[in-house]
Amino acid sequence: MSEQHHEAHKHHEGHGTKYKYGMVIDLDKCTGCGACMVACMAENNISFRKDNSDKLLSNYWMRVYKISNGLPFPDTEICYIPRPCMHCEGHGHHHHTPCVSVCPAVATDYDQETGIVSQIYTRCFGCRYCMAACPYHVRVFNWWDPKWPEGMEKYLSPDVSVRMRGVVEKCSFCNHRLQRARNKAYAEERREIHEDEYQTACTQACPAGAITFGDLQNPEHEVHKLKDSPGAFRLLEKLGTNPKVYYVSSRAWVLKAADVYIGEEGKGVTHP
Amino acid sequence: MPLAGFSAGLVVCLFVGWLVFPQILYSEKTQPIDFSHKLHVDEVGECDGCHYFREDGSFSGIPRLASCVECHEEAVGEHPEEAKLVAEYVKPGKEIPWLVYARQPDCVYFSHAAHVKMAELDCVICHGPIGDSDHTRPYQYNLITGYSRDIWGWNIAGMSKNAWDYSQTDESGEVHIDSPARMKMDDCAICHEEKGTNDGCFVCHK
Ligand code: SF4
Ligand code: SF4
Repeated sequence: MSEQHHEAHKHHEGHGTKYKYGMVIDLDKCTGCGACMVACMAENNISFRKDNSDKLLSNYWMRVYKISNGLPFPDTEICYIPRPCMHCEGHGHHHHTPCVSVCPAVATDYDQETGIVSQIYTRCFGCRYCMAACPYHVRVFNWWDPKWPEGMEKYLSPDVSVRMRGVVEKCSFCNHRLQRARNKAYAEERREIHEDEYQTACTQACPAGAITFGDLQNPEHEVHKLKDSPGAFRLLEKLGTNPKVYYVSSRAWVLKAADVYIGEEGKGVTHP
Repeated sequence: MPLAGFSAGLVVCLFVGWLVFPQILYSEKTQPIDFSHKLHVDEVGECDGCHYFREDGSFSGIPRLASCVECHEEAVGEHPEEAKLVAEYVKPGKEIPWLVYARQPDCVYFSHAAHVKMAELDCVICHGPIGDSDHTRPYQYNLITGYSRDIWGWNIAGMSKNAWDYSQTDESGEVHIDSPARMKMDDCAICHEEKGTNDGCFVCHK
């Protein structure tokens, strides 16, 4: 049954090369400067308001969180956690990406060829089920139509469509950059995309080099090695979302805060 | 009697829906220059004389004025449209505000490279036999959405009129297409499905 089932549902279709794009973020390198957030907003035409200080209403695709070990001076330590969309793969061939499985409009899907979770703004009708389903609080809702300061429309990226009021948006791993890279590859009559041809804006903007992006399956890509480095973990791994964003830290309290347990402690806690 | 009344009502509705409403819904503009593709194909050769790929893989769908200037720095003939081109655009160095029949909504991403280089589709498959045209046809656009009529298609009922249904190959191997293509998502999807290409949303959306 399963072979036919795969066939019938075209689980392995497409004649492009298969990728599994993901990220490894080194928390020991991140200084919390927020350059990734700024780069992301500029790259993806993310709207903002005059007063963007209410973080419940403001839109970010990449957001830097701050945690502390809670100890008094001089033992205080801070860790900043940049958080894009995790592009959850789920487990098994049905994937069960949390947000994708609840969307009644098929406004978001899991691309079998790239591992990128899409968001189609013109298809979304704003029910916000996906926001409730996402365990990482990645998704944001547009409460207003975007209003750009006079003249700023000219600086918007033509490769990313702007979103209207009433729809949900989220990080796309700068999918338009993949489209651009593919376009160039096709014009040169080849199908593979090289590591340096497709990088996200946040990766390139990070002055500390904390973010690495690439194909998790390709042994020649940096992320392939980094994701297996000691102290590598994923957020809320035990939920089984199978995220494609990995974090690395050598600090025990960071791992603990991230619900990652080491050795005996960890028995049966983390998801396979 | 009620049947006659119903029929009369139906006729009126169909008349309004199919003939009057489209007139109101679509407005018409003429292109800034009446361009002859036929003449230029004869002079320049294939489509890619003006519609070529740039190094980064993007496509010169609407050539910039610079391409025109290569030949038309001064008028090369006596045609009034050429005189207009030289006087109004070439001399002042102003780009020609062409109206793009095939312009897609903002949420759509289209790669000419994928379709022309990889899938080896002929231009006519989607654009019709535009290379044989002597004049630019009027540009019709939807007054509500602002989109070109070529996107929705010219059949007001929205019936599927895919370009590839109409293509005919004659003895000499030449492909002929009778009507301009429809360019809705369905039309893309049908072909992607047939060819077994990736049908993920982010392939064609941005
Ligand atoms: S992180 Fe949230 S939005 Fe991103 S794929 Fe996972 S569930 Fe969906
Ligand atoms: S808000 Fe939009 S994307 Fe999210 S579940 Fe509802 S329709 Fe789908």
